[in-house]
Amino acid sequence: MAKNKIKWPIYHILIGGLAIIMLYPILWMVLSSFKESRLVFVTAQTLLPHPWEWGNYAKGWEGVAGYSFGVFIKNSFVIVIVATFGAVFSSSLVAFGFARNKFIGHGLWFGIMMMTLMLPADVVLVPQYIIYTKLNWLDSIRPIVIPQFFGVPFFIFLMLQFIRTIPAELDEAATIDGCGKFRLYYKIILPLIRPSMATAAIFSFYWRWEDLLGPVLYLNSPSKYTVSMGLKMFLDSESVSNWGPMFAMSVLSLTPVMLIFFIFQKQIVDGISTSGLKG
Amino acid sequence: MGLSNPLTTSPRAYRAKKPLGQRLRRNLTGYAFISPFIIGFLCFTLVPMAISLYLSFTKYNLFAPPRWIGFDNYIKMFTGDPKYMHSLKVTLLYVFVGVPLRLGFALFVAMILNTKSRMVGAYRTVYYLPSIIGGSVAVSIMWRNIFSDTGIINGMLGFFGLGPVSWFGNPDAALFMLITLSVWQFGSSMLIFLAGLKNISGEMYEAASVDGAGFFRKFFKITLPLLSSVILFNMVMQTISAFMTFVPAYIISKGEGGPMDGTMLYSLYLFRQAFMFNNMGYASAMAWVMLLLVGVMTGILFKTSKSWVFYESGGGK
Repeated sequence: MAKNKIKWPIYHILIGGLAIIMLYPILWMVLSSFKESRLVFVTAQTLLPHPWEWGNYAKGWEGVAGYSFGVFIKNSFVIVIVATFGAVFSSSLVAFGFARNKFIGHGLWFGIMMMTLMLPADVVLVPQYIIYTKLNWLDSIRPIVIPQFFGVPFFIFLMLQFIRTIPAELDEAATIDGCGKFRLYYKIILPLIRPSMATAAIFSFYWRWEDLLGPVLYLNSPSKYTVSMGLKMFLDSESVSNWGPMFAMSVLSLTPVMLIFFIFQKQIVDGISTSGLKG
Repeated sequence: MGLSNPLTTSPRAYRAKKPLGQRLRRNLTGYAFISPFIIGFLCFTLVPMAISLYLSFTKYNLFAPPRWIGFDNYIKMFTGDPKYMHSLKVTLLYVFVGVPLRLGFALFVAMILNTKSRMVGAYRTVYYLPSIIGGSVAVSIMWRNIFSDTGIINGMLGFFGLGPVSWFGNPDAALFMLITLSVWQFGSSMLIFLAGLKNISGEMYEAASVDGAGFFRKFFKITLPLLSSVILFNMVMQTISAFMTFVPAYIISKGEGGPMDGTMLYSLYLFRQAFMFNNMGYASAMAWVMLLLVGVMTGILFKTSKSWVFYESGGGK
């Protein structure tokens, strides 16, 4: 017992110290977003701004290329909402299909799905770009959102694991009562797998919100730019070194992500632990 | 979707049906449910892969029709394009230094956090946060700036009496900067390890302690073997995603891959070949070499571990 009492503070100093080191860069950026641009690197070693410069946020909000940052945020939200709806809905259908239906080729398609889970996206980058060009989908959100409506392997896998925990007797009872497969899906299974759908929705939100490659390739007019593109444009015009506004908008872009993280922490942790979803 | 009409399929009618029709219906229902995946797989994966394979043997700039050149793209990659070889080297360094560091760190912290202390939840949150925001442009911008000449990293080095490092002037330092960003995001692997550690019963460690086993013995004889499938899973996924790292390299080097191609990761070079120089054929060939490399690495990882549990037969729960 005595040994543990000595160990205890050392443990917390060690693990707490590491936590502070981990968080320090984020804290530095948040506080630097309240510093005058010319002071950001002059006073890089002190955390607290002096004086507090609130104007960075107003200046950053004015955006780049004549478009307010509000436009980028709205564009991002449209993509995120449409893509997430498509991804969660279609993935739940496919997951139910794999979990509760026997059909010829079940193993084959399941294997293919697990393979696509590990397929490097770069392999299809060029041909997809060519296909979307030919379809005249460029400079629209279609190349970014439409593929999400065909099931996302990670989410399928996540929901599949969840459906497997639902007792099969439930299906049998429903079938005896004359319930068809589709009714079984939306009346019984769908309400029960809501937690895993929430997890999928959270990750879909993160991935679409942070996505840079899609917008870089497919959105050409600044009026359609997303938050990631807006930040990139800030960086490209960095020669004027307006660090303050750039940090301010970076912090703003992380705010929804952080909010969701703190509200839905349990779902996120469960999602990662059960399926190996990557943040 | 009237594929199985519940009103006409009363149990008796169902049983009375011909087995063949029944089987057909069952198959059709199954395929109806997974049809989004099948269509998506054909349109967005299989057909593009076929196109990509074809293009990799051509010279194609998006405007003129593709011209068949056989293996020229592949030959050029390994004999006539030092920049490609350099990019491959940088990427392999990034993967083989970054992934073990990240996983080692994740396992270390997971083991420390695998206690019943009340604070564990809070620490877990803090350690995991970087993984959640790590892929964003904002974090890459942040990383770029904490490593700037007068940034906090150089300030910290100065505190320990170490000279300021020009992170953007030295290719090795720039790559190191990318690796630290990847290690900083060890949180998701840590969570998976924590879940794995929770499944190991404490009795096993107690029994080992009674038999006089020390910390290292317990680690190598109990923890590592029982975690091996989790470690393998982590290794495979992290290796693949590390190989495809794009955003940090793109943002930190402002799309140039500099200094002196120090941060020219494979994905970035592929992106530049395809979309800045319009070398679609060459970029496709690069993509196939990448697929092959990732495939070989994954294959080696799977082969070397016998304790891997295959999902379909294993996960019946």
